[in-house]
Amino acid sequence: MNWRAVAAIYRFEMARTARTLLQSVASPVLSTTLYFVVFGTAIGSRIGVIDGVEYGAFIVPGLIMLSMLTESISNASFGIYFPRFSGTIYEVLSAPISALEIVLGYVGAAATKSLILGTLILVTARFFVDYQIAHPVVMASFLILTATTFSLLGFIIGIWADGFEKLQIVPLMVVMPLTFLGGTFYSISMLPPFWQTVTLFNPVVYLVSGFRWSFTGTADVAVGLSLGMTLFFMLLCLVTIYWIFRTGYRLKP
Amino acid sequence: MPDPTPPPRHAVPAIIRVEGLSKTYDSGFSALQDVHLDIEEGEIFALLGPNGAGKTTLISTICGLVRPTGGRILADGYDVQRDFRAARARIGLVPQELTTDAFETVYNTVRFSRGLFGKARNDAHIEKVLRDLSLWDKRRSRILELSGGMKRRLMIAKALSHEPRILFLDEPTAGVDVELRRDMWEMVRGLRAGGVTIILTTHYIEEAEEMADRIGVINDGRIVLVDEKRALMRKLGQKELRLHLQAPLTALPEALDSGALALSEDGMELIYRFDAQQEHTGIAPLLRQLDAHGIDFKDLHTRESSLEEIFVQLVREGRA
Ligand SMILES: Nc1ncnc2c1ncn2[C@@H]1O[C@H](COP(=O)(O)OP(=O)(O)O)[C@@H](O)[C@H]1O
Ligand SMILES: [Mg+2]
Repeated sequence: MNWRAVAAIYRFEMARTARTLLQSVASPVLSTTLYFVVFGTAIGSRIGVIDGVEYGAFIVPGLIMLSMLTESISNASFGIYFPRFSGTIYEVLSAPISALEIVLGYVGAAATKSLILGTLILVTARFFVDYQIAHPVVMASFLILTATTFSLLGFIIGIWADGFEKLQIVPLMVVMPLTFLGGTFYSISMLPPFWQTVTLFNPVVYLVSGFRWSFTGTADVAVGLSLGMTLFFMLLCLVTIYWIFRTGYRLKP
Repeated sequence: MPDPTPPPRHAVPAIIRVEGLSKTYDSGFSALQDVHLDIEEGEIFALLGPNGAGKTTLISTICGLVRPTGGRILADGYDVQRDFRAARARIGLVPQELTTDAFETVYNTVRFSRGLFGKARNDAHIEKVLRDLSLWDKRRSRILELSGGMKRRLMIAKALSHEPRILFLDEPTAGVDVELRRDMWEMVRGLRAGGVTIILTTHYIEEAEEMADRIGVINDGRIVLVDEKRALMRKLGQKELRLHLQAPLTALPEALDSGALALSEDGMELIYRFDAQQEHTGIAPLLRQLDAHGIDFKDLHTRESSLEEIFVQLVREGRA
């Protein structure tokens, strides 16, 4: 293993975050705060209790997931797209590094950023609502798993995209709707039976449900299934990335 | 019993060996066809060819940026695909395009390059590289503040940061002004003196002529010829004898019209091409014949053909 190369990429990416601190950390924290003010405090006070939990506390896991998904994808996709776009990728591709090391560097950095962000939101939420964390270890595992999986997805998007629009289209047109419809702001059990079934095809449902279980101890779907589906999705991303490096797709003509 | 094995072609084993390399892009375009090439350790090798000849493709394939469709490449004995780590660790690349980050500082980006190649941090080496390339004063500047010439030097600094034994320079002086070009040549010679093997591509003949120990000519994805620069000049170097006539001629006398002799458009000059290496240049008989025909000349001079002319000739032959 060329650990020095992994460290070099990782440090480079983290330095980029530090330079754009306002954009990468402050703005998601701000928008989450707004969600809490609007949904948690203003509207939530009229909704009352869901599954035995105050509405404000109920949406905490969903909001964290929402931010982590979008940020993981945008961080990781930008991280690899930009050197492709500017041409500086030549250096990485001609260096004595394996695909695994490249992915570890870029995806590791993006996932780290997401984890920092998730933690920040968790702390911010504390100022608005009084939530409990029933299973801290499971919660941390879900955080790490989500950050990694969706950074992998972002990496794929960053390699697939051949323009800035494509870079934004997936997070905006696919991930955002799936997250909103994935039980971020409501419990699946509140839907009519037909839509409950449809929802089960949305992978984000499993994430949010499992993550919420680690907070409240209640879930829409079994925790094991949530974990299994997330791991399955991660595997899918890994296989895709393996294929990308095997074929040189959009990296090596 | 005589030894049946033939003597090795080179006393020094090749540091880069390209065997039967071919590259067909996904578009179906065949950019390299059955390329064989040996680069000797410690030499400056110029890959000379017109735009689109396949120079960048060849370099990119050796450096791992382009996937070959056939053949094999060894760098210092290591297969660049199978033993890519060992092979690439020895190679530094300065690509044709100026591609740099914008917001990083000079120092950090060079340190990044060294890390990428798995080398332990070495501030003294990076300082030396930056000083050699006159970038030390700019080490804290962000890259976007640099001029074009500085950016190109920065790319060289990045390539040298990991102490490569082989350095590829793809069109290092394209768009660089004359003075900087001289500096670049100086630097390349300095590197060679330090034991680095240098492969540079150029479509400037004067550059190949000025810099290289050996020259490979590439055209339409094929290596047309590889030879020592001097041998190449000698082998193909034709001389030209120009005779300024006392009085203009309207046509060559038939007896002199052998093909080697030509008349200039204004009829004031006779141009005779000959091979300077040959024992019988044919100059003496020519002069006797001119005398016999009563053609007087007042002045004469000779000129060696440049690599440019050699190159044009080679490419024409390669096409034929
Ligand atoms: N990615 C690519 N896809 C298709 N054709 C390419 C690609 N890259 C280069 N070519 C073609 O291959 C030929 C050789 O290009 P190149 O190696 O860049 O030449 P040179 O460096 O000698 O100017 C050119 O005709 C170019 O158009
Ligand atoms: Mg080129």
